[in-house]
Amino acid sequence: MKMVKSTLAVLTTAAVLGVSSFAQAGATLDAVQKKGFVQCGISDGLPGFSYADAKGQYKGIDVDVCRAVAAAVFGDASKVKFSPLTAKERFTALQSGEVDVLSRNTTWTSSRDAAMGLNFTGVTYYDGQGFLVNKKLGVSSAKELDGATVCIHAGTTTELNLSDYFRANNLKYTPITYDTSDESAKSVESGRCDVLTSDQSQLYAQRIKLAAPDDYVVLPEVISKEPLGPSVRQGDEEWFDIVRWTLFAMVNAEELGITSKNVEETAKSTKNPDIARLLGTEGEFGKDLKLPKDWVVKIVKEVGNYGEVFDRNVGAGSELKIERGLNALWNKGGLQYAPPVR
Amino acid sequence: MTTHTFKPDMPPPALTFGPIAWMRANLFSGVFNTILTLIGLYLVWLIVPPLLEWAIFKADWVGTTRADCSREGACWVFISDRFGQFMYGFYPAELRWRVDLTVILAIVGAAPLFFKRFAPKAKYGIAFLVIYPILAYWLLHGGFLGLEQVPTSQWGGLMLTVVIAAVGIAGALPLGILLALGRRSNMPAIKVLSVTFIEFWRGVPLITVLFMSSVMLPLFLPEGLSLDKLLRAMVMVIFFEAAYIAEVVRGGMQAIPKGQYEAAAAMGLGYWRTMSLVILPQALKLVIPGIVNTFIALFKDTSLVIIIGLFDFLNSIKRATADPAWLGMSTEGYVFAALVYWIFCFGMSRYSMHLENKLNTGHKR
Repeated sequence: MKMVKSTLAVLTTAAVLGVSSFAQAGATLDAVQKKGFVQCGISDGLPGFSYADAKGQYKGIDVDVCRAVAAAVFGDASKVKFSPLTAKERFTALQSGEVDVLSRNTTWTSSRDAAMGLNFTGVTYYDGQGFLVNKKLGVSSAKELDGATVCIHAGTTTELNLSDYFRANNLKYTPITYDTSDESAKSVESGRCDVLTSDQSQLYAQRIKLAAPDDYVVLPEVISKEPLGPSVRQGDEEWFDIVRWTLFAMVNAEELGITSKNVEETAKSTKNPDIARLLGTEGEFGKDLKLPKDWVVKIVKEVGNYGEVFDRNVGAGSELKIERGLNALWNKGGLQYAPPVR
Repeated sequence: MTTHTFKPDMPPPALTFGPIAWMRANLFSGVFNTILTLIGLYLVWLIVPPLLEWAIFKADWVGTTRADCSREGACWVFISDRFGQFMYGFYPAELRWRVDLTVILAIVGAAPLFFKRFAPKAKYGIAFLVIYPILAYWLLHGGFLGLEQVPTSQWGGLMLTVVIAAVGIAGALPLGILLALGRRSNMPAIKVLSVTFIEFWRGVPLITVLFMSSVMLPLFLPEGLSLDKLLRAMVMVIFFEAAYIAEVVRGGMQAIPKGQYEAAAAMGLGYWRTMSLVILPQALKLVIPGIVNTFIALFKDTSLVIIIGLFDFLNSIKRATADPAWLGMSTEGYVFAALVYWIFCFGMSRYSMHLENKLNTGHKR
């Protein structure tokens, strides 16, 4: 299997290097409008980010980003088609034009942004590697984990982050590597390892898999930066701006207290110039992006503001119950900040 | 007159006939075998009762959400809740009758081929092989003659697994036979082409082939032109399996004595008639186990299509376990998958045994 994996890695690299950027400014929006839907690359199944419900409808934060882009362009969040992509084929799918937006739990890194022929439009979720432990251990900080047995997923950057963190803090640990998250969840449960490490958003999902989820806690320490966000092909600034400002619009809407319930009313009655500009009752914000005047109204009406999307998919309103933390608005102690509309 | 009454027959000695004797002969015939039997029994006792308890007695069968499961045993509610998705993927619920009808047509259509007394078997078989695929494509994919189109991106579940396997088998067998003939041909060009083809496809793993079809191919095609993912996967599976079938069939052909070729030639048969009337019928019969072996492997290999983002049976189950409403149900999902795969593969292997017996003309040793 290792052999296969490295073969695949070589092939991907070859594929990526061989690609010249053939996107042109404006081409994506025209093509999207012509075919009548946004083609969006999502993951092949990740709790809270993109998964299929019992009716076969895709749900999750990554999915809602796609729906918001569709709402912005067409005024209809359902005009989007999803391509589930594996981690290996995601960038090629974007480069080759198979998808218009890649919203697939992808960490924004310098190498991807610079060398892969794509541009990240923003951050939908500030993730980071964390630790899940049994409450019985009585540990309240990762610094107390000296000598612990740690479960990791093989071949991911988490392995590297973990060893860096423990070395920097002068702690000893024994790693046990697993291939799937189900296996590692089972071994935490059986007590084979004391700690499970993975991206925090996934630790909450892991916790639900355990027989007694309340016996386990996610420690506050985050030992790596994993900003997750959607990306588009390089070279089409117009489409890039649309996807980027779709995210900003959702964050701005939350900051200004506009929700899917009150958005239409607010648009009619508002006296606040910030809200009026955002919702298109004043100024030419939509026109500059080649979008309809009321595009933000449609996004918020059909998909919701950032807070609603977070809450519904991973936050208090979901099974995962992840706290806002880094993903709270900037004026509430988090990092979510959007430039103003004016 | 005295009457002689026979004594009733004595029962056969218990130590020679009956279950006790059988056990003595087969399970406890010596110290070593007795120990092995006892260890075996212990293992069965160790494994089977907890398994049954988990899978049946303590399992939860009815309900609609995870809250309906006590989690003491298996939670089959998950399977019943997502059964539709496991079978049909995202095929629209109101159109699923089309998939069902396709399966029924296959069974009804193929039934006459299994009756011994059905006379025009060959003609009917060829007609079936020509008409049915068109009909199946029309029913499953639609888009013409009044049926709504269902794009292949919505296909999934067991249906997709069976479609890929069936197309793979139907395409790989004839192509494989042609390649085997080509490899044994006296014409250098054909021989070199066949050998190159076979060795190339046998030399690369299927997962790489699929990956290339999904990752490399789109980069070479002009932008906007994207070949259907499923079509790409099916072509790759056919090529890949044809190479294996070719080698299996070649093995069979090499087992046919030279005398058979000479006899056919002596009767004035040309190349094609020698092959189709004398050599291939014998060779194919010989290699049925090998061919079925390849097909069973192919059926199981279909789950590799996850690498290109197609959701076959196994991957539909995996995807469902990522739903926050059903997190932690992977064991149930995988057990169910194993059961279904086993039913299909066991069915194929039984059919191959039946075929071997039916075609047995006394050469079998």
